[in-house]
Amino acid sequence: MSKGPPDVRIGVVTFPGSLDDRDAARAVRIAGGEPVALWHGDSDLYQVDAVVLPGGFSYGDYLRCGAIARFAPVMEPLIDAARGGLPVLGICNGFQILCESHLLPGALIRNDHRKFVCRDQQLRVENTTTAWTSGYQADQEIVIPLKNGEGGYVADERTLDELEGDGRVVFRYLEDNPNGSYRDIAGITNARGNVVGLMPHPEHAVDTVTGPTTDGLAVFSSCLNAAVEGVRA
Amino acid sequence: MARVVVDVMLKPEILDPQGKAVHGALGRLGFEGVAAVRQGKRFEIDLAGEATPEAIAEIERAAGTLLSNPVIEDFTIHVEGTT
Amino acid sequence: MTIDTVKHAEATPDHEQPWAELGLKEDEYQRIRDILGRRPTSSELAMYSVMWSEHCSYKSSKVHLRRFGEVQESAGIGAERRAGARPDNSQETAAGKLLAGIGENAGVVDVGHGYAVTFKVESHNHPSYVEPYQGAATGVGGIVRDILAMGARPIAVMDPLRFGPLEAADTARVLPGVVAGIGGYGNCLGLPNIGGEVVFDASYAGNPLVNALCVGVMKHEDLHLAHASGIGNLVLLYGAKTGGDGIGGVSVLASETFDEEGPMKRPSVQVGDPFMEKLLIECTLEMFADGLVVGIQDLGGAGLSCATSELASAGEGGMHVVLDDVPLRDSTLSPEEILMSESQERMMAVVTPDDIDRVLEICRKWDVDATVVGEVNDSGRLTIEWRGEQVVDVPPRTVAHEGPVYERPYARPSWQDALQAAGPQELPRPSTGDEFRTTLLLLAGSPNLASKAWVTDQYDRYVLGNTVLAQPEDSGVVRIDEASGLGVAMATDANGRYTKLDPYAGAQLALAEAYRNVAMVGAQPLAVSDCLNFGSPEDPDVMWQFAEAVRGLADACRALETPVTGGNVSFYNQTGDKAILPTPVVGVLGVIEDVSRRTPSGFRTPGQAIYLLGETRDEFGGSEWAHVVHGHLGGRPPAVDLDAEKVLADLVVQASHEGMIGAAHDLSDGGLAQALVESCLRYGAGARIRIPEGVDPFVFLFSESQARAIVAVPESEEERFADICAARGLPYQRIGVVDDGGDGAPTLDVEGIFSVPLDELREAHERTLPARFEA
Repeated sequence: MSKGPPDVRIGVVTFPGSLDDRDAARAVRIAGGEPVALWHGDSDLYQVDAVVLPGGFSYGDYLRCGAIARFAPVMEPLIDAARGGLPVLGICNGFQILCESHLLPGALIRNDHRKFVCRDQQLRVENTTTAWTSGYQADQEIVIPLKNGEGGYVADERTLDELEGDGRVVFRYLEDNPNGSYRDIAGITNARGNVVGLMPHPEHAVDTVTGPTTDGLAVFSSCLNAAVEGVRA
Repeated sequence: MARVVVDVMLKPEILDPQGKAVHGALGRLGFEGVAAVRQGKRFEIDLAGEATPEAIAEIERAAGTLLSNPVIEDFTIHVEGTT
Repeated sequence: MTIDTVKHAEATPDHEQPWAELGLKEDEYQRIRDILGRRPTSSELAMYSVMWSEHCSYKSSKVHLRRFGEVQESAGIGAERRAGARPDNSQETAAGKLLAGIGENAGVVDVGHGYAVTFKVESHNHPSYVEPYQGAATGVGGIVRDILAMGARPIAVMDPLRFGPLEAADTARVLPGVVAGIGGYGNCLGLPNIGGEVVFDASYAGNPLVNALCVGVMKHEDLHLAHASGIGNLVLLYGAKTGGDGIGGVSVLASETFDEEGPMKRPSVQVGDPFMEKLLIECTLEMFADGLVVGIQDLGGAGLSCATSELASAGEGGMHVVLDDVPLRDSTLSPEEILMSESQERMMAVVTPDDIDRVLEICRKWDVDATVVGEVNDSGRLTIEWRGEQVVDVPPRTVAHEGPVYERPYARPSWQDALQAAGPQELPRPSTGDEFRTTLLLLAGSPNLASKAWVTDQYDRYVLGNTVLAQPEDSGVVRIDEASGLGVAMATDANGRYTKLDPYAGAQLALAEAYRNVAMVGAQPLAVSDCLNFGSPEDPDVMWQFAEAVRGLADACRALETPVTGGNVSFYNQTGDKAILPTPVVGVLGVIEDVSRRTPSGFRTPGQAIYLLGETRDEFGGSEWAHVVHGHLGGRPPAVDLDAEKVLADLVVQASHEGMIGAAHDLSDGGLAQALVESCLRYGAGARIRIPEGVDPFVFLFSESQARAIVAVPESEEERFADICAARGLPYQRIGVVDDGGDGAPTLDVEGIFSVPLDELREAHERTLPARFEA
């Protein structure tokens, strides 16, 4: 078990219907940080150093994935803090919430083949300067579980070109594109590099007993280092 | 009491896999001459009072922030009984 | 319109009642009148009709299922684990002890370290034919609530599925809907799907089998039984509002065979809301954690009729309910309809008056509707009022537990002898290398043996972060304690063809296979839950199959010391007079001390030796080869040898625990050839196999003899491994070696017979389902 810088507290938000909050908290713990449970109805971030929006089906994916969660009381201080530089990670449903909140551009729509897909997905880490990926090698190829029904990343051409041009595509799908995402985009970041959203689940790749690899651990340990230098909530 | 209807459709340039699936199914069921199908959502909102311009403006705001995602969707509004 | 109150019923004894339309027989209606001393009110009639239906009362199966209770007694609930079977005898725990048996919602098994595990498998067959997505989805919802009502956190699900022929048009309607429904519900609920089966056979066309299993875990002290004890305690209904879904679905749907035209016109299928169920789970577990629940019951088939009568029966014996307090989605529902409604995602809890405020607060936090609808008393009666008048006044046990018991006539079918005599001995067998090669590829790509990834990739296997092994491994393994590495393993199996040839043996073979599957990963089998899918109990042939299967399963459970903790019976799976293959699905639960020591099924390390364990005989009755190549079903199934199964299982569990083996995979459908195909393709490692001297290659490769497995053994462990096999009296043979092909592509090479590159094998094995279902 790695020991990160002491006292780094990472909030993990639970919405009604969140599923991977516990696993995100475990990943934080294994990486050496202290997970802090944040309740959707509570508009207080309790001075955490970073926040994870976990995977799941918040509000049953009603209306659109993340569309209702985006208006939860906890999101108000979160959006402010994110704009101010707080590291925020959105995993799967969390990525959907970040897009609905306009903290990240684009949107996630139904997988092009219309089925839920669960597989061990090959990815390339293309941006290692963000708060959540500084622990990876440039262009490192990793395997992380992917499991979603609405994982197709879409945006207009201008936005896509901007993302590519600015190097803001953080993770890209390798081999088969599993869901129809434009430009094989699996995860992106904002201009500042503190907000990252991705469809695959790094929290499920932190030990070899339950995951295909431990390639996901660096997402959480990167943040421990970033958080120490960065902004408090 | 008035009913306001909000129709939400994916923007034309966004891939609509569900619409495509419906199109394919229509063809298999023998419906000919179908050029395309797109699938959307319809919200029926019953107001406590009348459909005043203020009320409609409120619905428009709701439509643009909650009922639709402007990144990928467009919406139209009409009061039931009119088009 | 006059409400049919108790008073009104007393005053109008000759009022005509639609007992036949509600599925009751005349003598049953008369018995109700005798019990009550008057005619029943229409609400009471509704309750009795649903609760006395086949699905709820088990009236045709009870006399036979008693055998399972006898197994529990002989297995000795509370007995210590037998020594020698477990690798680490220093444990003080009494793993395997049953904490709650048949009669409670689900069986509970002690797995050591203060943990108990509960599990059950149930059917949702008929609704899934009518509405595949919702039928399958609500099947998952129902079994999960059953587990929740035991006080457990649900941790995993599995789905044994059976459909008509792969190529049939209706299969394309039913299968994708069922799979999408299971995934849609289970994934949203957040439960990993860790295993199951997908089987195709003509007899399931029109009668698909959708069985759903759920496993839950709890600490011993969390065990909640369905009691309503404590006079003055409050009865709380929480979850979804009650609507008109599936009214009478249980009595109407489950007890009717379909006519030739297909699904019935009356839509008695419920619609599920997995998000609501997720909230229900979190809410309920919080209530449990704070010790606020005295008794609990889920509302499944027969809805409020079942929950109220079951809860009332189990406690002091009295309860009063105010039906007007039930939150409704549809305000036009009559009291009868409210009592029969099968609206999903509802639970009923008994709470002390002191704790009710805290409970309501928890429900509010999770945004779950909760209403007090009644109170426990010592009247010995279940009374229900509507608009201030009594509409139900019954002794609850007569509703919930004293339903009719039928002694259905049964007799060995007239065709059974001829079927058993028409064995596969005369069927032409492959003899040349090319013919063997063709046969291998044909079988590996045949619907029952082909890869099911198209199905299982639609299920989330990772959620909750504790899945250690999932399909296509031999059993699903879930870690239940991170600190110690304690875990449980689950497997389900059934073979309809074997069971048709010999129901007694077929049921035993299902248990043997599930037992073996659990042992393969290194887990000790502990207990059984069964889902018995059969045709109409009014057909003596079917009833004989059922009686024999139950007898076989009970005897085998006794021999293997794995008691039946509970299960389900699904009758009436037939269209017209064509019944399905008798299909007793057997689920086995096992415990593994340290999940990091689990043994996967795939070959991974070149150079490891491949051993075949167990004895191979010329046994092809009911085999995949006979079925796929010759469309033949006849003869006897492979011989059952439970002693040999135990020896094999004990050895593999020991070898796994001591790190002696790199892989283990049992032999079943398709024999050794199929096991090799699967173990090679799992991680893309080839194998070089040599058929032993004097052995018939066809028998060696394709026979379906039982109590066999292949294991991969590192060279350094071979001597020790051979020693322990010899010491246990287990036949073993070194038959080859794992081989990555060096610089060539990996192949499955059977020396002197054939050689197949893994690429070609993979193409044949993995293409079948996508080719059928991807337009």
